[in-house]
Amino acid sequence: MAAHLSYGRVNLNILREAARKELREFLDKCAGSKAIVWDEYLTGPFGLIAQYSLLKEHEVEKMFTLKGGRVPPADVKNIIFFVRPRLELMDIIAENVISEEKLPAPREAHILFVPRRSLLCEQRLKEQGVLNSFTNIDEYILDLIPYDGDLLSMESESAFRECYLENDQTSLFHTAKGLMTLQALYGTIPQIFGKGECARHVANMMLRMKREFAGSQNQILPVFDTLLLLDRNVDLLTPLATQLTYEVLSCDSDQCVQNGFKFAQKKPGEGGKDLPTEPKKLQLNSAEELYAEIRDKNFNAVGAALSKKAKIISAAFEERHNAKTVGEIKNFVSQLPHMQAARSSLANHTSVAELIKDITTSESFFDNLTVEQEFMTGVDTDKINTYIEDCIAQKDPLIKILRLVCMQSVCNNGLKQKVLDYYKREILQTYGYEHILTLNNLEKVGLLKPQTTTRNNYPTIRKTLKLWMEDANEQNPNDISYVYSGYAPLSVRLTQVLARPGWRSIEEVLKMLPGPHFEERQQLPSGLHKKRQQGENRTTLVFFLGGVTYAEIAALRFLSQMEDGGTEYIIATTKLINGTSWVKSLMDRPEAQIL
Amino acid sequence: MTRAKPEDDDWNSSKIHAFTFDDDDDEFTKLKESKRAVSSILVDDDDDDDDDDDDDVEKVSWSGEPVGSISWSVKETASSIRSGGEHGFPKINTAPSLPKQGSGYSLSSLFKASTRVYAPELRKPKSECKVNSPCSDIILLSMDKLLLLDEAVSAHDGNVITAVLIYLKKSLSKEIFFQELMVREIALRHYVHYLKEMEEQKTLVELMKLPFSQDDAIHVQDHYTLLERQIIIEATDKKGEAEIFKKFPRKASILNMPIITTLYYSCFYHYGESEGTFSSPANIRSTFRISEKQYILTALGARAKLKSWFDVDSLFNTKNWLGYTKKRSPIGFHRVVDILQKNNAPVQVLKDYVSLIDDAELKLSLAQKYKCHDIVIEMYRDLKDRQQLIVYQGKVERGSHEDRKIDQLLGNMQIRWKN
Repeated sequence: MAAHLSYGRVNLNILREAARKELREFLDKCAGSKAIVWDEYLTGPFGLIAQYSLLKEHEVEKMFTLKGGRVPPADVKNIIFFVRPRLELMDIIAENVISEEKLPAPREAHILFVPRRSLLCEQRLKEQGVLNSFTNIDEYILDLIPYDGDLLSMESESAFRECYLENDQTSLFHTAKGLMTLQALYGTIPQIFGKGECARHVANMMLRMKREFAGSQNQILPVFDTLLLLDRNVDLLTPLATQLTYEVLSCDSDQCVQNGFKFAQKKPGEGGKDLPTEPKKLQLNSAEELYAEIRDKNFNAVGAALSKKAKIISAAFEERHNAKTVGEIKNFVSQLPHMQAARSSLANHTSVAELIKDITTSESFFDNLTVEQEFMTGVDTDKINTYIEDCIAQKDPLIKILRLVCMQSVCNNGLKQKVLDYYKREILQTYGYEHILTLNNLEKVGLLKPQTTTRNNYPTIRKTLKLWMEDANEQNPNDISYVYSGYAPLSVRLTQVLARPGWRSIEEVLKMLPGPHFEERQQLPSGLHKKRQQGENRTTLVFFLGGVTYAEIAALRFLSQMEDGGTEYIIATTKLINGTSWVKSLMDRPEAQIL
Repeated sequence: MTRAKPEDDDWNSSKIHAFTFDDDDDEFTKLKESKRAVSSILVDDDDDDDDDDDDDVEKVSWSGEPVGSISWSVKETASSIRSGGEHGFPKINTAPSLPKQGSGYSLSSLFKASTRVYAPELRKPKSECKVNSPCSDIILLSMDKLLLLDEAVSAHDGNVITAVLIYLKKSLSKEIFFQELMVREIALRHYVHYLKEMEEQKTLVELMKLPFSQDDAIHVQDHYTLLERQIIIEATDKKGEAEIFKKFPRKASILNMPIITTLYYSCFYHYGESEGTFSSPANIRSTFRISEKQYILTALGARAKLKSWFDVDSLFNTKNWLGYTKKRSPIGFHRVVDILQKNNAPVQVLKDYVSLIDDAELKLSLAQKYKCHDIVIEMYRDLKDRQQLIVYQGKVERGSHEDRKIDQLLGNMQIRWKN
């Protein structure tokens, strides 16, 4: 039982247990001793479902990574491939199986497709002549993985690209399926709200799937009151902005999105040389007490929180002087492990915070942030920005440039042709012409496009929804805008308004945002209607289609714990993203040098 | 879109045909380049009247297709394969266009020596047509082309060889081309090398298949031109014979580098070459329409790295309308100072540029940062700030020239200090 998953209203352990049960059943199906060959990408998500101990209980003796050639020798009866349904992986498996069959005593082979089987992949295996070599081919439907007590993710890295660039809505189908699974475990969700094209599709699919199961009625008392489906492209601005919460800054861009993140800590040495310390792998989630406290804070407030904690811990250690009786000493000693753990956790986070401070107080960080905030407040978004020009001239990392120019474009509802051409040319000349594909992609999804009408709706949206709060209080926030030191994420603001006073009050603004908005109701079997107690909170599941950032998660958590908020939020998404990983997914040839 | 050099058109334009062998009427055919390609196809090397002015006339081949269209080029290819030549040979005028490399050879001079050209001047009256044979297709006999290759090889000019190879690859049928290469060892070596580098072409072909807007098409074309140039430069520079390559050996190949990086490389290793050579900064600048700002920034970086302060100086010299030389910079002089300082420029050099900074506050802070004492002293004098001057005196070496200067100023009764 994972402790961190049962905090909060919704016990996501149920989901996890269901997933574990399925895994156990499959493992038992392949009777006898086994070795698992892993698609590397799956090790992260699986780690959240089951530890090695569970696998061992079901006779898993060895684990290998999927690669070409032969499966390493191991004295087991079965070899099970845990893979995503991707064609290139099928080729590697075929290679493995063919060389396995050449052995004097070949082991039995099985495949577990995660999250779904694919006809195309099985076809490929057939072409390679190995399809019949497998004893069991199954699918392990792992759509929504619980990352924390209030966070679920599909970890579908290509969802945004597929939906918005390639017009491929397969991931939406999986989303709908995932939501059906969720409803099977947690009850039918009576109200569905949505904004965006993809949201509409998902809702339609859900309703249709529900009709297909018309016979069986779900008798579980519904845990969720509302489902809110949001397209990522309703709010393209938020993922582009530099995130300022501790959680994000404490890890190295990409690594942040994995749950057990590694962070390589670099401290600039005297001669400008980097002294990388050992990359630490910390399993960080709300189970670590201190981390849970500071993760969602704006970084500027972390220092104060850490020093407060330090005082508490020292005071606790001082208690030993007060312990006089044997009973009291015994009591103190029993507390020691906990206190020591707290102290080492504090030491870890303090050193991390110091490194972050070096970055956030640097001129380049500050300059970057300033330009971002200028764009967000609508300053000079129609001109060529000199800071961006200078950064290109200095050959700063391409992703940084792309994020800034996209931000300017989004805040201006498209750039003037002259400005756009200028940026494009500078980028191509400085970073290489091959990036023209990327620039095209960015235009297609609406991130970097020419101005089509002279009307820029962004200032209106900003004013009506109060997206820019001048006096954001980072230490003691009273509004979600603290996560970006002044900017309230549009997506979260929409969520907030939906709860109170409702979307009717912002009809005009909603029309300015892309895609339809809608409301659906699902029939609950009689007798299951929840009677809400006085002062009891509603529970809303917010599903971000195309990715969600940690800053938005922090903002939603802030709303959840607001005194008279009235609603608690569970967050789900196709992928946990940050600005870098998100823009990267739209780049063509990301393996080429982009830095 | 105009190109500075007609020769460049030739190299580029003939390529365009090569990529559009299907009948889809894609954006490329609409490019002006096609038109230019057509106009430049008219070759006449014996007399010097260049056919620059043909753009306005629509030329039509005997089969009725407009010359330069895809269907026309397809037909031409098909017919010329039998006759051993292809549709167009780039126009060469007598001005040498390839890097001289001290060899004194240019393609045109090779041409004069070795070929007969059949050029249907479809527009000009038949009387001016210098050919004996019926004006059917534009043919350069394959044997003439090979003669060209041999001449290039004997010139030992890598650039020229590669250039000819590029042309031959496009204009000869594969079988003949390979056949002839087999018996020409040096040329073969060059070609293999060229092929290796050209792996990138696959991507380019893919790029060209995508539906691009007019502007993007220009970028893709630039990409192609850039790659071509890089191959030529790489072929020569790899040998590394010039002094500069020995002093500052190259760390990597120039292939596939972005244009600005290529420009930097050119400013580093080929500075001062005439605009006629492919490797000169001036040529790159004009071919790729690099902005003045970008050019100066890049050239500054390269020359500063080499500590050629004189070159750096000339970058900023302009003549004003009275004929006096004046210093001007499209980037702020504070930027110039920064870049120079990063390259360890001595104070004497730095101070020249610090003194050109307009903004007084910035000027003062940078002068102090880089210890340009004279400037600081003068500024405090102009500001009539005695206190600061005294404070600053503490920072300069006792008894030094600056120290005495400050003393002098402080003692000067005529200055009306404000504090």
